[in-house]
Amino acid sequence: MAQEMRMPSVRYSPALSNLAQRIKLLLLGNGPLLITIVIFLLAYFVGGQLYPAMQKPQVFFNLFINNGSLLLVSIGMTFVILTGGIDLSVGGMIALTSTASAALLKAGVSPYVVMPLMLGMGVVFGFAMGCIIHYLKVQPFIATLMGLFFARGVAYLISLSSVTITDPFYKSLALTPLYIPFLKNVYVYIPTLVAPLMLLVAIYVTFFTRFGRTIYALGNNEQSALLMGLPVARTKIIAYSFSGLCSALAGIVFSISLLAGYGQFATGMELDAIASVVMGGTLLTGGVGNVIGTLFGVLIYGTIVSILQFNGTLSSWWTRIGVGILTLIFIGIQSLFYMRKRHG
Amino acid sequence: MKNLTESAANSDRAIESATPPVEHAPLGRELRVSPRPVQSRRRRIRESAVFWPLLALLLILLFDALYAPGFFKIGVQDGHLYGNLIDVVNDGAPLMLVAIGMTLVIATGGVDLSVGAVIAISAAMGAVLINPALGNKLITNDILTKDATNTPLPIIVLADLAAGTLCGLWNGFLVSRARIQPMVATLILMVAGRGIAQLITNGQIMTIYYTPYFWFGNGFILGLPVSIYIVAVVLILAWIGVRKTSIGLFIESVGLNSKSSYYSGINEPNVKLLAYTFCGFCGAIAGLILSSYVHSADANNIGLNYELDAILAVVMGGTLMSGGRFSLFASVLGALVIWTFTITVYTVGVPANALLAAKAVLVLAVIILYSDYMRRILNRLERKGRQSSRSRHDAP
Repeated sequence: MAQEMRMPSVRYSPALSNLAQRIKLLLLGNGPLLITIVIFLLAYFVGGQLYPAMQKPQVFFNLFINNGSLLLVSIGMTFVILTGGIDLSVGGMIALTSTASAALLKAGVSPYVVMPLMLGMGVVFGFAMGCIIHYLKVQPFIATLMGLFFARGVAYLISLSSVTITDPFYKSLALTPLYIPFLKNVYVYIPTLVAPLMLLVAIYVTFFTRFGRTIYALGNNEQSALLMGLPVARTKIIAYSFSGLCSALAGIVFSISLLAGYGQFATGMELDAIASVVMGGTLLTGGVGNVIGTLFGVLIYGTIVSILQFNGTLSSWWTRIGVGILTLIFIGIQSLFYMRKRHG
Repeated sequence: MKNLTESAANSDRAIESATPPVEHAPLGRELRVSPRPVQSRRRRIRESAVFWPLLALLLILLFDALYAPGFFKIGVQDGHLYGNLIDVVNDGAPLMLVAIGMTLVIATGGVDLSVGAVIAISAAMGAVLINPALGNKLITNDILTKDATNTPLPIIVLADLAAGTLCGLWNGFLVSRARIQPMVATLILMVAGRGIAQLITNGQIMTIYYTPYFWFGNGFILGLPVSIYIVAVVLILAWIGVRKTSIGLFIESVGLNSKSSYYSGINEPNVKLLAYTFCGFCGAIAGLILSSYVHSADANNIGLNYELDAILAVVMGGTLMSGGRFSLFASVLGALVIWTFTITVYTVGVPANALLAAKAVLVLAVIILYSDYMRRILNRLERKGRQSSRSRHDAP
């Protein structure tokens, strides 16, 4: 009914009101995303006002340097959450990748072998979890929880203490600054670029490929997707494999930036990633949201952390409380928006 | 097709619980055999909630009997019992408590991820109140380490329990009134809860020096740890609450179909609110016991991964994550399995950190055993067995 009433006004109204209508629809459709962006800008602006040092461009790029692995993990997590699942194993995967690569490098294996090997391991790991979830009909929550335990346990089996990386290739990756053109003395590191590149890939995949559309269809209603003849099994398993790949990549970035590998790395990162994804406007029930929002979710997280760092006297636990409150606000906003959409 | 058999299997389970029988759709592989054969005793045992956790427990104990001969040794020291088995129940008590609360929440079709954080909050509350120099900035080590407190013990305990119950109430409010999906709603407290706990303790690891407080985690009554009695009391009270009143039925009904429960006159929001509040309460007791056991409240690490262990215990106890039929005893057994397994792994000599990998193997085994796929295979095997035995009977 509501649809019928709205359609004529869109079709026959003069160009200007048509445009207004379109903008209104766009705002309604992308409301959560826009709010995420506004909140990020606001948080950053407030930070800049409080601590003038935060206005330096380097601080903005530090967000990417410090949160590269969180962004990578969150991108993978977005895919999985869009299918209506969840991946709790990402933090464990980072720990496992960093420890395994550190141990292999220590044993003298070439980094050109180690990196592909780690990525392969991540894909296989995600693939196995995807298979367990799809074919054994296990709740994603439980299956990936097993993945978390397993990955962390194996990391501890490899080494009970932190393993340092002395490989020259890793060192050069970690320590060579890349200067940003047109800005003075502003730099990032080579591994920092991995996450933004992955983001571009993810944007392409979700918006412009058949696989991406299938993910949304699957997340909205798995039964319908199946009845429509979409490749449900394949899509779901690829989503988990992609998340595995992303977290392995994040593990490599993580180990490069710290030049070490340890089973205790990235404890609780799965929660930060989920919170970032939710802050980015993705619904945990699946089917709604996108990776651009996830980028801003991660940036908001990073901004909170850097404000706390600039303050210096506040303890790190305010991060947790802040993220919790923001998640709550976003969930409130989301439910308002989707109620609004449904009713009118 | 797959779904029909699945739903048939589920409704079989539903019938066993006291819900009124559901009429099946006249399709599906399970139902082609008509009239439906009476459930065999073997199947009834297998479908009983207590069967799998008990089997797992026995298998682990069998392993212990073969490979860790000292495991069953129970000695007497200072008038109380000690030994690995006592450790299992004493160390496992907090998890058992959390599992009891979690069972009700999962039975309503939800999940509570915040129990670990609730444990931390309750422990922090206790530690802060015990601190004899409450609110005094100039605390010397001398005052802090004194075996005394200005707050009476009952008030400390009540404050602990109140803090946890309040957390549960908040979760329940978000789920039942604000209509946020349980996983997200409790995720908020899970993320923020440890921050709140640190806020309470001012970011420090509080060490407790007050002896009467240690009684909950380290005391003994009649030679057995106090925590066992606490678990028993909570379990019996919860059991009376859900099985001797209609609350249990309400919870199962809300878990099976919350909308239809609502239309049949069950106050569905309040049932959910009750379940989450009770879960918070259980988490609070667990926090009390844990902080009393380790003599400190470390907001970052106390009760770490308890939510995951508790969910695992409940799932092992045969409660479906989608809600519905539940069994408190089976969940407690599940918690016992987890701790027997943990202590066994320690006894065998695996490093504590590698325990996680061993636990993953346990989870995998549970997943495979509980999957519909496995159930279908077992049912098929049984049907075959029954047919062959019937033909053997028919032959003479």
